[in-house]
Amino acid sequence: MDFKDSKDEAAFRAEAAAWLKDNVPSEEELAGMDEIAAAKLWQKRKYDAGWACIRWDKEFGGRGANAIEQVIWNQEEAKYNVPAGFFVIGQGMAAPTLMTWGQPEHHARYLPKLASGEEIWCQLFSEPAGGSDLAALRTKAERDGDDWVINGQKIWTSGAHYSDYGILVVRTDPNVPKHKGLSYFFLDMKSPGVEIKPIKQLTGGANFNEVYFTDVRIPDSQRLGEVGQGWQVALTTLMNERAAIGGGGAGVNVEMAYRIANEVMIDDKPAIADSAVRAKLANWYVQESGLRFTGYRSMTAMSRGEIPGPENSIGKLVGAPKTQEMASFCMDLLEMSGAIWDEQLSKEAGMLQLTYMGAPGGRIAGGTDEIMANIIAERVLGMPQEPRMDKGMAFTEVPTGSN
Amino acid sequence: MDFEFSDEQELLREQARGFLADNCPPMAVRKVLDSDAQYDAELWQKVVEMGWTATVIPEEFGGLGLSYLELVVIAEELGRAAAPIPFSSSVYLATEALLMLGSQEQKEKWLPMLASGEAIGTFALAEGNGRPAASNLKTAATGGSVTGRKIPVADGGIADFAVVVAASNQGDGASLHLVELDQSGVSREAVRTLDFTRGHAAIDFANAQSELLGGDGAGWAAMESLLDRAAVLFAWEQVGLADAALEQARDYAMGRYAFGRSIASYQAIKHKLAGMYVKNTLARSNCYYGAWALDSGSAELALAAATARVGAIQAAVHAAEENVQTHGGMGFTWEFDCQFYYRRAKLLSVNIGSEGYWQDKLITAYEQTNAA
Repeated sequence: MDFKDSKDEAAFRAEAAAWLKDNVPSEEELAGMDEIAAAKLWQKRKYDAGWACIRWDKEFGGRGANAIEQVIWNQEEAKYNVPAGFFVIGQGMAAPTLMTWGQPEHHARYLPKLASGEEIWCQLFSEPAGGSDLAALRTKAERDGDDWVINGQKIWTSGAHYSDYGILVVRTDPNVPKHKGLSYFFLDMKSPGVEIKPIKQLTGGANFNEVYFTDVRIPDSQRLGEVGQGWQVALTTLMNERAAIGGGGAGVNVEMAYRIANEVMIDDKPAIADSAVRAKLANWYVQESGLRFTGYRSMTAMSRGEIPGPENSIGKLVGAPKTQEMASFCMDLLEMSGAIWDEQLSKEAGMLQLTYMGAPGGRIAGGTDEIMANIIAERVLGMPQEPRMDKGMAFTEVPTGSN
Repeated sequence: MDFEFSDEQELLREQARGFLADNCPPMAVRKVLDSDAQYDAELWQKVVEMGWTATVIPEEFGGLGLSYLELVVIAEELGRAAAPIPFSSSVYLATEALLMLGSQEQKEKWLPMLASGEAIGTFALAEGNGRPAASNLKTAATGGSVTGRKIPVADGGIADFAVVVAASNQGDGASLHLVELDQSGVSREAVRTLDFTRGHAAIDFANAQSELLGGDGAGWAAMESLLDRAAVLFAWEQVGLADAALEQARDYAMGRYAFGRSIASYQAIKHKLAGMYVKNTLARSNCYYGAWALDSGSAELALAAATARVGAIQAAVHAAEENVQTHGGMGFTWEFDCQFYYRRAKLLSVNIGSEGYWQDKLITAYEQTNAA
């Protein structure tokens, strides 16, 4: 056990830090660009210099780095406020699925453009009738020559409106039990028959969408895994999703809460002198630090050849509620003014209110808190599933409700 | 960077777990629970023979000269077994105090005896209810003698000497003193705590002969550093206990049927146990950080120790409480072993300062680390 860099790691860190210092785009350089353009500029610059998706093989645009080097790179890049956020689904979820289930020609065609940020991907899994029970999805695909014809509806699709490609799970056989009738594809989001409608969230923003499919044609060559094997392929994506969505350490964190607690007063003393405030900050520090080191331990396990397991669900399960609680508590510290949500008037430019309003999304996206707890109980602790009413039943015979 | 134990350390864990399964099964803990014994003397002797008390003591003082990474592995296994022995008092506190502060002479005298188990040491800070501070210490020291009352003192009834925190009119207001307990100026009586498997005492010192340990008036700061070191080791015991309680809860739930199915299949139980797993995992990861900081002599030790300790207190107490709850009525019986963890987790949570004390220390250390 050694929490410090080895000689090679220190050299790698120095190289990464030096490159970042010279290449992180300045504010002037990004002025006037929209967020996507700025993120693409930074991603392409990293790609050209071999600093994008560094754990990927060189031929796919990476540099064949190990897990610990990834930790080091992340630490160094986090020292800068660089544009980010549009490539998580593509690089973190679609790409590992392509690597595991795709053909060499898929790798050659899609991975480099995922790494360079040239193409953005989205995930078309959830449906109005298939959320926590994802395998209950109804969007259907029917074979027609070399193509499949897709009809149905997806929902909660983040970034569908700016994505070039999407990964898609559909029902190819409704007459077998639900997990067995699924197949997995990817498709061009500009395909005829794809219609994208934004969903306005309770934050007021609209980052995700409903996506409607009307006779959309997908070539069979864009299928990943066998027909009927879609559930297994989807599990590859989902396992990576939990690792990719991760801990929620950014935004409202202990550093920010500590700063606020030093600035606002309780009974003529800085709030940080109050023992109740200290206790809460200490608990959140324990969580932040615990998540960080749990992540590092998992990186060490990966560097020893182990595959990341369901224990990664812990990051989201702890991080998302923590973010919500911290934002709420920091607003409480502001007392009556905590309610003000205004970039000029609010502390931290309204980050607390924005985070609080967005926090429920973090606790739901990629599997709710409750689903995460089930995964830990069933797949880590080995506890049995709840009895399922639809077990072994053909999908067409499974009872459904009105919602 | 490497965030795991080495293969050799994992081998040590296997050996330790096997040894304790043979020599500290639940029946052994229960024997102490059901008697007036203050510890399991037979187990203690075997632990000494295994060399565990000698782990980090340098070879020149009769120890094994191993690292703290080996010691935390042993601590975790002792916590898992709820071992009823004075290991924490003698090894995490008394031995550490001597290693940190002892003069060459003091080390030569005591460390070989601590290593070989000839002497059991302990640490005496508390003087009754409330949080100790240099300003409220009533125990006083004058030229080679100590007078005052310490309560509770873990293993105070069986220890050969204690490291006593006493008021000083110098420096930070406190000094540490080595006091042999088998002398006319010392009287001790057993104090019952909620953990019947771990003996405690009240000790009265009346002009008891003593020897300064470290500088006069440098005792409070020294004591805080000592507690940082001990906190990491206590935290590993607590994490071992927390995992054992979780496993006990899971095993029981799997085999207990209600309404026609295993209660482990109910989400109410699954979510409860998942919550235990999450707390245990975060605590364990923080304990890694603490172990590394202790072993490497890192300047981050104060922060790492408080983080490990707060997480471990929360994980152990939570796991012990919810383990009883998962067992239902049976968990509340004397007959079931859930009580071992329930008692021990609460005892360990206050033994070297409460959750609130360590939360406060954590934020103080955070402030200092960020100011540095």
